[in-house]
Amino acid sequence: MTALARGIGSRLGQAIGLLLAVVVVVFFLIQLAPGDAALYLAGDQGVGDAEFLARVRAEYGLDQPLLVQLGTYIGNVAQLNLGESTYFNEPVLGLIIERLFATVLLAGTSLIFAVGVGVAIGVYTARRPESPTSSAATVASLVGFSTPVFYSAIMFIVVFAAKWRLLPVGGIEDVRYDGNWVGETIDLLEHLILPALSLGIIYLAIYSRLARASMLEVLESDYIRTARAKGARERVVVYKHALRNAIIPVITAAGLQVGNLLSGALLVEVVFAWPGIGRLAVDSIFRRDSPTLLGIMIFSSAMVIVANLLTDLVYRIIDPRIRVGGSR
Amino acid sequence: MFLRNKAAVVGLVVFSLIVLVTIFGPGLYGISANKMVAKPFLGPGSELAPLLGTDYLGRDILAGIIGGGRATLFVAAVAAAMTMTIGIVVGSLAGYFGGWIDALLMRFTEIFQVMPGLLFSMVVIFLLGPGTRNETLAIGLTLWPLAARLARAEFLRLRELEYVKAARAIGCSDLRIMFRTILPNAMPPLLVSATLTVVIAILFHSGLAFLGMVDVNTISWGSMLGKNRGYTLTAWWMVFFPGIAIVITGLSISLVGDGLQDAFNPKLRGR
Repeated sequence: MTALARGIGSRLGQAIGLLLAVVVVVFFLIQLAPGDAALYLAGDQGVGDAEFLARVRAEYGLDQPLLVQLGTYIGNVAQLNLGESTYFNEPVLGLIIERLFATVLLAGTSLIFAVGVGVAIGVYTARRPESPTSSAATVASLVGFSTPVFYSAIMFIVVFAAKWRLLPVGGIEDVRYDGNWVGETIDLLEHLILPALSLGIIYLAIYSRLARASMLEVLESDYIRTARAKGARERVVVYKHALRNAIIPVITAAGLQVGNLLSGALLVEVVFAWPGIGRLAVDSIFRRDSPTLLGIMIFSSAMVIVANLLTDLVYRIIDPRIRVGGSR
Repeated sequence: MFLRNKAAVVGLVVFSLIVLVTIFGPGLYGISANKMVAKPFLGPGSELAPLLGTDYLGRDILAGIIGGGRATLFVAAVAAAMTMTIGIVVGSLAGYFGGWIDALLMRFTEIFQVMPGLLFSMVVIFLLGPGTRNETLAIGLTLWPLAARLARAEFLRLRELEYVKAARAIGCSDLRIMFRTILPNAMPPLLVSATLTVVIAILFHSGLAFLGMVDVNTISWGSMLGKNRGYTLTAWWMVFFPGIAIVITGLSISLVGDGLQDAFNPKLRGR
């Protein structure tokens, strides 16, 4: 077995352990809540005698010791059973899968936009650290970081959708284009612009700053001076030698922030009526649909874990110095 | 050093003003955020309207902004203090002792890092119910991993230094070395991180209020955004001004944090 395969194997093992731990934490969180499913059903059906409660508890296994319940719960999650929604009376996993595409599309577009434009701004300003553009970018980045994502989202709607009527106010599709493949795609992109922009701006603020700091540091390092000394052209020095190393902290940050990205997506989905997982989570709270809420919790944690694994892989491609199993 | 950074000084002054306004403003302004003062939907500058207009119930937007900062700033401050405390305790134990303690604590920290933060605090409030105490708890329990990692990195670095070894050689106890010898030297980056945490806590509490997850009887900037959102297409001012309040508060604290960073670490100035 090569070192790479072994390293990836151990990372996978860690990831599974981590997910298991999340399931345990979620399970004990449920135990913290006052009352249980039997009380909830009793309230729902208007029967409250002790016999009914005992029957329901026996039926759902709620009379078992906690550890046995935990075992059953982990077993179910391992078989991809996240329980059944008390509102839809459907398996939670199916509800999540239906909405997965919308959330991944939104979060993915924002992330690519933020990393791409952020690195471009970072490189541009790092080469002119004393210029007015550079200080303007720093201030803009601080403003972007302090602006709540739901606020910029609403303001975008006011300006671009309500005042200038350039883009749709919300939702993901228009019935107009039903059945027409090209029209549907353009329509989807039109609906995507404002949500992705509102979500991307915060991360643009963070990554442009990070890219700038990291680029400034790399440009001062010895190997860049060597590259210049041997007469490499400025373009080659900046884009080939420096950028490759300067981009690593940005990738690290992007990988670590997938959880925050999903949190932001939740707020954006609510503002734009975007039919994703985040909006389902918010709706589930108001429907007191705890199986769905907790299912989303576990599922999105799994998404973050997978994203971290992918970041790890991207690392290895960009920077061969990073060896598997080394300290992070 | 700090005082020479103009942006940071402006940030500090603005933030102090905001704190003064949230403490004394409601009493001085004299109009309750919950009171109907004029016709609903009056824009700023229209006849008989208060300075920043009225909302859909005819309440004074300016009164809401003056009164609405309290809940958010209080929860954010306490939650940030809680975050830093948990983070420093976990991080210092992990960094100082290393070995299996470090491995165990960092695995534990990772659990809280993979759960999307806003979702986690929503679940905590859903399970415990809204209210100042639970909201603070929900945010504090969510944000600590960042501080823990930072504290751990600092302790890992500092524990190898001469003066720490000297303290150990003269027989100081572990606790004394951790909190009297190392912690003061680890404070600069932790203080910068604390300012950042306050900003994030403000954004979190505003987000939760926006979603209607916090106590509905308390007016806050986030809840004004959430409740007035349905009228933005006709009445932009109901949402525009409370949002600006959040941005200015967050920005002023960020500027202070930036200034602190420059003051502590002159090498990085201007980055």
